[in-house]
Amino acid sequence: MSQILAGDDLHKSFGLTQALRGASVVLDEGEVVAVMGPSGSGKSTLLHCLAGLLTPDRGKVRFAGRRIDDLPDRERAHLRRTVFGFVFQFGQLVPELPAVENIALPLLLAGRRRKQALAAADPWLSRLGLDGVGERLPGELSGGQGQRVAMARALVANPRVVFADEPTGSLDSVAADEVMELLVDAAREHGTTVLMVTHEPRVAAWADRTVLVRDGVDALGQGLGMASP
Amino acid sequence: MSVSYALLGLLEGSSRHGYDLKRSYDRRFGEVKPIRFGQVYRTLSQLERDGRVEVVGVEAGSGPDRKRYSITSEGVTDLDTWLGEPEEPQPHRQSVLFTKVVVALLSGRSAEHFLDVQRARHLDAMKALTTARRNAATTQDALLADFQLFHLEADLRWIDHTESRLATLAEEVRDVPDPRRR
Repeated sequence: MSQILAGDDLHKSFGLTQALRGASVVLDEGEVVAVMGPSGSGKSTLLHCLAGLLTPDRGKVRFAGRRIDDLPDRERAHLRRTVFGFVFQFGQLVPELPAVENIALPLLLAGRRRKQALAAADPWLSRLGLDGVGERLPGELSGGQGQRVAMARALVANPRVVFADEPTGSLDSVAADEVMELLVDAAREHGTTVLMVTHEPRVAAWADRTVLVRDGVDALGQGLGMASP
Repeated sequence: MSVSYALLGLLEGSSRHGYDLKRSYDRRFGEVKPIRFGQVYRTLSQLERDGRVEVVGVEAGSGPDRKRYSITSEGVTDLDTWLGEPEEPQPHRQSVLFTKVVVALLSGRSAEHFLDVQRARHLDAMKALTTARRNAATTQDALLADFQLFHLEADLRWIDHTESRLATLAEEVRDVPDPRRR
């Protein structure tokens, strides 16, 4: 497997708080990796730095061999729209748009025609068990349905890497299992790499590998070790 | 203890032979450890002595499997009572994980290291169980895996919680006076 994304000696502070103090991580193509760690350990900051949502104060981020942390904002935004997908704890769906349009959003933002984008979004509804809810607004969906819409939105543009920050955080255990199964299956099918932050061991257990962050560094001091075979 | 109630539960639907009971038991509860024939017959004899099951037919021939057992009304009442009563929660108060942490701190070794390797081992086990659950043929198998997953998760939460309090625990462990020195 080839390396797709790597963070090397990442540092990031917010005021006096050092969120990352030299964290390094390497992701191979098609891997599903969970990042765990106590609250305030820097795990979300790590994800945001790797995804180009935050710029590290020091250290490098490489995507497909190319350095991306020093790219201008516009280029990074383009990268986020075209090759990355995102799922957050509370879905963050656009409340005014029906489910199917929320799914199509990354395609519309990338300049695809509306009809084309909706046609590409549509199969995701049945695939994620969302038949019949495509026209509903996010407010009319259950937590699990909303999160599945968010997941479809993250995957619809066929990204190389999906970043998921507590993707099951607001769900009960049954809905969380469903969401994880769909995410892992879809990622495997497309060879998508997934980096997810979670504090729940049951969610991390879906990953190929778990990385532990503590005090802004890799806990075992071996390139964010604690790899499970 | 729970074996006798499981057998009573299986008998409530219809009368059965011991062999039949063993097969039903193994299919439902024997995932981890199948029940032995000897235990089935011993349990049935005990239940018969207690009046909770009765022999409703004996086929010609020899051997213990010729008897057909049925649950009695006392057995049904007993099963009702058992199912209606909550089980005593059994937190493993002096679990080996706890002991290892304290011994590590007492002896000046790294409790953190132990907790880290234990966490990794637990996560590996949870990963294997998650795969097993995904491939489970029945809801019953899936829920059995879930039962184990939730318990391992509880251990992990304790591991994380303890790790965040190691400094305080270390002080306390060092300060406990030895009663013989008083």
